[in-house]
Amino acid sequence: MSPWDIIYNFFPYIGGLISGALSSVLPGWAVYVIMALIGIIGILGFAITGNLAMVWAERRIIGRMQVRLGPNRVGPFGLLQPIADAIKVLTKEDIVPRKADKLLHFLGPTAFLIPAVLAWAVVPFADGTILTDLNIGILYMLAVSSLSLIGLFLAGWGSNNKYSLLGSMRTIAQVVSYEIPMVLSILGVVAIVGSLSMVDIVKAQNIPFIVLQPLGFIVYLIAATAELNRSPFDTLEAESEIVAGYFTEYSGMKFAIFYIAEYFNLLLVASIVTTLFLGGWRGPFLPPYIWFVIKIFLLFFFFMWLRGTLPRFRIDQLMALAWKFLLPLALLNIFLTGLGILAWQALGF
Amino acid sequence: MLSSFGYVGILAIVALLFPIGAIITFLLANYLLKLRRPNPAKLTTYECGMDPIGDSWIRFNTRYYLFALLFVVFDVEAVLLYPWAVAYRRLGLYAFVEMAIFIGILLIGYLYAWNKKALEWK
Repeated sequence: MSPWDIIYNFFPYIGGLISGALSSVLPGWAVYVIMALIGIIGILGFAITGNLAMVWAERRIIGRMQVRLGPNRVGPFGLLQPIADAIKVLTKEDIVPRKADKLLHFLGPTAFLIPAVLAWAVVPFADGTILTDLNIGILYMLAVSSLSLIGLFLAGWGSNNKYSLLGSMRTIAQVVSYEIPMVLSILGVVAIVGSLSMVDIVKAQNIPFIVLQPLGFIVYLIAATAELNRSPFDTLEAESEIVAGYFTEYSGMKFAIFYIAEYFNLLLVASIVTTLFLGGWRGPFLPPYIWFVIKIFLLFFFFMWLRGTLPRFRIDQLMALAWKFLLPLALLNIFLTGLGILAWQALGF
Repeated sequence: MLSSFGYVGILAIVALLFPIGAIITFLLANYLLKLRRPNPAKLTTYECGMDPIGDSWIRFNTRYYLFALLFVVFDVEAVLLYPWAVAYRRLGLYAFVEMAIFIGILLIGYLYAWNKKALEWK
């Protein structure tokens, strides 16, 4: 292989070398488990690094948008701020209210983070650079990521706090409502590709699907923003009404886990949008995984821009947007895509 | 094919250990650095400085049930539509008409719910 090929297929190449070396000394199943663990460590490493980078970038950029400086004391340009935050979070006092349900209070953050990690199994960084290319990839992603609601409700209920309970009920109503347009808006892409596998979806995109599915893209982007509880849809963190929503009674690491999971989900949604609508890892000149990361961070900047620009919705406006606007649009998109494919086939392609 | 799901199983174990490990590290730091200094006021439920009134485990407003019901209907529909979408290009016009009838029936229910003001948040 030429050096360029190695750079282009860096991760499959390294993986092949390691598994080749291991299989000469270990039985097949041990190689399988070790390769899986290496892949998981790589993906989690990427997610955690991305997480820290995004926390820093978000605070700096939002600071700029609001005409202030943002964190700039810890290290050059405040670059060490996430590390300082991590140390602070670990050395806080753990407070569990006396009237809280101790078990559920502990399970809340745990159950919230698990699905956010699980969904990374099917994120395609490049051809061959994916933990496992499930044949039901996108369906698995949707199914797993909707499980995080259970964690939200455990946290809200277990805290035995009125604000927590109100916050988690509102959030669940919101997420559940936006899940439907989100799930339906992906159907257009699935119908065009004829497969649920994430790798197949990227390989089918000779032109990015944002061109073929503009309606689906818009519906998905709005619904996903609401699903992430980011502004302008962040009613759960409406401080003026319900303090901090479902994590009012959490402190230290338990509190931080909610934030970690939220940023994991943000990265996930950015990578789903990239995969489904923006051509995934495909792009000229640069290696595929670099393209993938560039697209993810451009989307992340877009989410920050939204947060810096738009005011918060009221909850009734939010529900009306989901049920009376996005749902009909998503159904219309399925209908138009169906007609389009039929017309395409009738023309003999 | 099944071996590709094995990775998900291994990831599930790691995903379980990740938050639990983080919380255990946190509790250990709490224990070793003697950070925990509870007092009765600190352990009360937060309610803007007031003593909390009553329990917060109360009955829900019915509007949450309405939205949950609607969600179940449309989510089942979505699950049904996924295999339809995968096979759509091979099935052609027949699948299109069938889907139109299916969504049409649901649309009637949706319009009924809209007309009955089940989609209002109040």
